[in-house]
Amino acid sequence: MFRQVANRLLTRSTTTYSAATIRRPYSTEVATDAAAGDSDFVESWKKVVPNIDPPKTPIQYMKPRPPTPSTLPSKLTVNFVLPYASELSQTEVDMVIVPATTGQMGILPGHVPTIAELKPGLLSVHEGNDVKKYFISSGFAFVHSNSYADILAVEAVPLDQIDPAQVQKGLSEFTQKLSSASTELDKAEAQIGVDVHSALNSALTG
Amino acid sequence: PLKSGPISFTRKVGVGPSDHINVGCECDYQRYFKAFELQQIDQKSPKLTLLFRNTKPVTPMAMAALRREGRRFVPLVSSPRPINAIQSTLAPAEEQVGLGVRSISTQIVRNRMKSVKNIQKITKAMKMVAASKLRAIQVRAENSRGLWQPFTALLGDTPSVSVKKNVIVTISSDKGLCGGINSTSVKISRALHKINSGPDAECKYVVLGEKAKAQLIRDSKKHIELTMTELQKNFLNYTQVSVIADDILKNVEYDALRIVFNKFQSVVSFLPTTATVLSPEVVERESEAGGKIGSLDSYEIEGGETKSEVLQNLSEFQFSCVMFNGVLENACSEQGARMSAMDSSSRNAGDMLDRLTLTYNRTRQASITTELTEIISGASALEG
Repeated sequence: MFRQVANRLLTRSTTTYSAATIRRPYSTEVATDAAAGDSDFVESWKKVVPNIDPPKTPIQYMKPRPPTPSTLPSKLTVNFVLPYASELSQTEVDMVIVPATTGQMGILPGHVPTIAELKPGLLSVHEGNDVKKYFISSGFAFVHSNSYADILAVEAVPLDQIDPAQVQKGLSEFTQKLSSASTELDKAEAQIGVDVHSALNSALTG
Repeated sequence: PLKSGPISFTRKVGVGPSDHINVGCECDYQRYFKAFELQQIDQKSPKLTLLFRNTKPVTPMAMAALRREGRRFVPLVSSPRPINAIQSTLAPAEEQVGLGVRSISTQIVRNRMKSVKNIQKITKAMKMVAASKLRAIQVRAENSRGLWQPFTALLGDTPSVSVKKNVIVTISSDKGLCGGINSTSVKISRALHKINSGPDAECKYVVLGEKAKAQLIRDSKKHIELTMTELQKNFLNYTQVSVIADDILKNVEYDALRIVFNKFQSVVSFLPTTATVLSPEVVERESEAGGKIGSLDSYEIEGGETKSEVLQNLSEFQFSCVMFNGVLENACSEQGARMSAMDSSSRNAGDMLDRLTLTYNRTRQASITTELTEIISGASALEG
């Protein structure tokens, strides 16, 4: 029994050195980088309101992004986020094709930094041989110089969950509304409906 | 000791209000119970009639209770008086002074104990409700955390930007009893207002939630542009928040929007946070000036429209995303704070109940001791 205790004491004393192994972080804990934070902001805060601690800012909750590498990276790191979920987070893929307003745009590692506005259409993520396809309603895509791609969409559904019959019905409904629309607002709404449904149609077929 | 219930007892004896009773009789107990008959017939004292309303058999505890109530009749032993006088002096326990009756009443303490126990139950239930609501909303808040990160990665974080038109969007809760989170948000908002208002800079508030509105309306009424309440009435979702964001963007002129909310770190810790969203013109200005957003120019704009249009869409989208995350985090923090507030409240109620129980027992024992001493001294006075 004493040997066990001694062993445990020994292991305890060696691991106290690295606090991370002893203290298990909560799974929901937000990583706060106390050192970072906008120093200008903190200074101007302390000048005006010295008694209260300055509030944290979003950059303190984020892991910093890696700088631009000197050589071309082999993989693209993709973050595909939606308001209610992070579909893909820090996933390494070969290529992503996004439906930008100017048409389908392919993003490969080493792509020029870009801000692209997205229209309703098909998003496909290529990893080796498998392709994951989503239909997204509009959003934005950012490509950074360090081969990080952030795709933000308001809604995304995998293609196999879309019902073609409903798509056809919606398309005919909105084309009818467009032709019978009177006010500008109605026309715009009907136009949006037509656009989305025809994009859905072409995504399902193409 | 009586075997039958109190009601049958009185029927057995059958004493009427105008009857005279010879008080100098055998045993003290019986004296008390005769007095009880009188008390029951006289309807003025609500307490004893209550005692007799239940039909439980007379246990020793009940007899002790009866005896306690019978305290007021102890003087009957020493000073035999006609019944009328007794009846006329019957009054609520605390105010009886005519017959030299003791006013040690445990009723007050008992009432307090009952109310404290109820409070404890209520706060415990509220804690359970808050815990279940927290579980539900915590999942959604964590899932939405990825939404604002791309914007910070692209545009950086610029809380120290100095612009002409600042708008502070304070997110708070509608319901109270949630600890100090709303006061913290209001304090931070006021401090930001102080920092950002100057000779050439103005600062306005947009308030979401009843609690912050109530606090800010007191001293900053003329700075408040827009208030919105009852956000959580329907399930919080992105559509609702984007409509709210649209409303704010349409009605308020801004160069920089500073959103103040409490970020949920864990069930016991909430970090006040401020997120800054800049209008497209300011973004362009800052990117030209260099600094944090300096690298924005290196980004190509893929889009049919001009750069400024895309930047406008970007800034509006950023605002709605950051708001969505902020509202969810604040709701999480609200439930967590309410949980811990209600928990400490029920613990305090428990402590209070313990203390009251001790006081109650002390008072009860003291009154019994006094009774006994009186009886004994009276008896010994009779003998000797």
